[in-house]
Amino acid sequence: MKTESKLEKVLASGALAVTSEVGPPRGALPDKVRQKANLIKDHVDAINVTDNQTAMVRMSSWAGCAIIKQMGLDPILQMVTRDRNRLAMQSDIIGAYSLGINTMMCLSGDHAKFGDHPMAKGVFDLDSIQLVQTVKKMRDEGKFQGGADINTPPKMFIGAAANPFADPFELRVMRLAKKIKAGANFIQTQCIFNLDKFEKYMEMMCDRGLDEQVHLLAGITPMKSAGMARYMKNKVPGMDVPDEVIKRMAGVSKEEQPEEGIKIAIESIERLKQIKGVHGFHIMAIEWEEKVPQIIEKAGLFPRPVV
Amino acid sequence: MITAEQKPLNEIINYISPYDRIILVGCNECVTVCAAGGRKEVGLLASAINLHFLQQGRTIEIKEITLERQCDPEYVEELVSEIDRVDAVVSMACGCGVQSVAERYKETPVFPAVNTKFMGASISQGIWAERCQGCGDCLLGITGGICPVARCSKHLLNGPCGGTSNGMCEIAPDVDCAWCLIWERLKALGMEKRYEEIMEAKDFRPAGGGGPRKIVREDLLL
Amino acid sequence: MENFEPEIVAFCCHYCAYTAADMAGSKRISYPANVKIIRVPCTGKVDAIHIMKAFEKGADGVYVAGCLEGDCHFKNGNTRASHRVEHVQKILEDLGWEKGRVAMINMSAGMGERFAGTALEFTEKIKALGPSPIKITNTDKHHKTIG
Repeated sequence: MKTESKLEKVLASGALAVTSEVGPPRGALPDKVRQKANLIKDHVDAINVTDNQTAMVRMSSWAGCAIIKQMGLDPILQMVTRDRNRLAMQSDIIGAYSLGINTMMCLSGDHAKFGDHPMAKGVFDLDSIQLVQTVKKMRDEGKFQGGADINTPPKMFIGAAANPFADPFELRVMRLAKKIKAGANFIQTQCIFNLDKFEKYMEMMCDRGLDEQVHLLAGITPMKSAGMARYMKNKVPGMDVPDEVIKRMAGVSKEEQPEEGIKIAIESIERLKQIKGVHGFHIMAIEWEEKVPQIIEKAGLFPRPVV
Repeated sequence: MITAEQKPLNEIINYISPYDRIILVGCNECVTVCAAGGRKEVGLLASAINLHFLQQGRTIEIKEITLERQCDPEYVEELVSEIDRVDAVVSMACGCGVQSVAERYKETPVFPAVNTKFMGASISQGIWAERCQGCGDCLLGITGGICPVARCSKHLLNGPCGGTSNGMCEIAPDVDCAWCLIWERLKALGMEKRYEEIMEAKDFRPAGGGGPRKIVREDLLL
Repeated sequence: MENFEPEIVAFCCHYCAYTAADMAGSKRISYPANVKIIRVPCTGKVDAIHIMKAFEKGADGVYVAGCLEGDCHFKNGNTRASHRVEHVQKILEDLGWEKGRVAMINMSAGMGERFAGTALEFTEKIKALGPSPIKITNTDKHHKTIG
């Protein structure tokens, strides 16, 4: 084991891991974090706390993680390179580890133009792959990115994101390979609706033996409505929502659409369980966290293993 | 070239209103190429300023001159004969030119007439796009001649990010994803293997992170 | 404004607009004396600065008359001219002037009536807009004739 991370232990045991996420509030409302975490705590192995998602200012990920840690749960720190330079990032990593956080995700971050501060300077002192390298160097070599020794280095279980659906498709597995080479231990993918394309991606990944080097958690988002499906298809960059999914959602009445969305999510999970290289699931139910337990139970992923 | 765009007319008028005698100084290099501050633009601006003040019943004296460059002391020196006959200078050059003139003629206020934008290249007539950010450590040799620092919205060195659609950047449907362009070029050059090499974290000191930059060529000093 | 006779400058290309003006003359179709014609080989020769200078010297309105679209004797001189007219319109707007004081007009060599008609139309339009803003303040002091 590289770390004390519960997620690492679950994955090492060979069981399918389950993670979900909590989006922190746009204000000083710690109870909101506790509420959301409580909804899912028995159904997941670890909980991501997003970092200024879509470039909208929210309570910082490390603060949300600290609150979740205090509840006795296992948080996953998310860090985007858009908002901090390498000093601040390494500083926050040491700080987070000192508060008991031992699992983190390294991401580039959505461009500031999408958020509430389009006038801000995007930092990008490091990109996501260089951040993965940095965290690995801190953990395994006990050194800062600049080379100096760290007094008691943080031991983070390192995650990165993968989007099998952004183009060019041929590049996506090569980029995954780069992230693994840089030191990623686990991957959470963008939410999957195009299962055929995802199967192809996983085939390419396994052909290169990458499934033996990293644990991939497949991303799942339940659709609330046909409108949401269309929005995700047309307005969210890097998203692939096949027309059949939209047709299926639009084919039932408005009141039945949420149930249909959950059905689709569960069917996807069942199909993904069969795909070589899938080591778990990352459920992203934005503003619909109350449905996460139901999805996990109906997908046969409950109760969670005790490690 | 360094590209620039003319400032709004009323901003320029506000700068010069207190003065009766001004000189508009154009530049024959970059700002001529991007039609912001060359001889033609000097003429048009002088005309517009004249019309504005005539409308108020005021005549102000407007001299026009276009220097070869404003970023070299030899050319800036050419203004010495006129400088005492004017109350203010309006420079239509990029920020480098404005500052060179201001530094030489400390007793006369110097105002910029253009907003300096970026280092770029002409795409076709009338269109210029950003190409270089002067990062001081050119990596174009390993990215197939396409710059991720200037052309990737997040200046990723190991891109693309997960936001590309149809080869375009997430920030706008008409902005190329630099990394898609780089990948296509590497393929065309048979250099796909290069893509999987990780580009290490950038040292931003040559890019200006270490403070304002200077080049000194000992061998060229007089 | 009563008794206001606008001073109009018309840059006319030799091949079409000027010939049309000639045609109007020979057919005895009258057009306002307010319009002072300046013959150019092609409207593409007219630059933004020429239009601006006309206004500086006291013109109340300026138009550029060239060949019909696609028929320019020099291929696309009239297209360039129309872009420059647009550029001047933008400058006039920045100055707080009416952009209608400058216009691009297209016609063919045989269109004598059109030449006279557009000359009259434009003169009436400028009459309605009133004298150039530089004259309103300056009346006699800075009134300049077009040289």
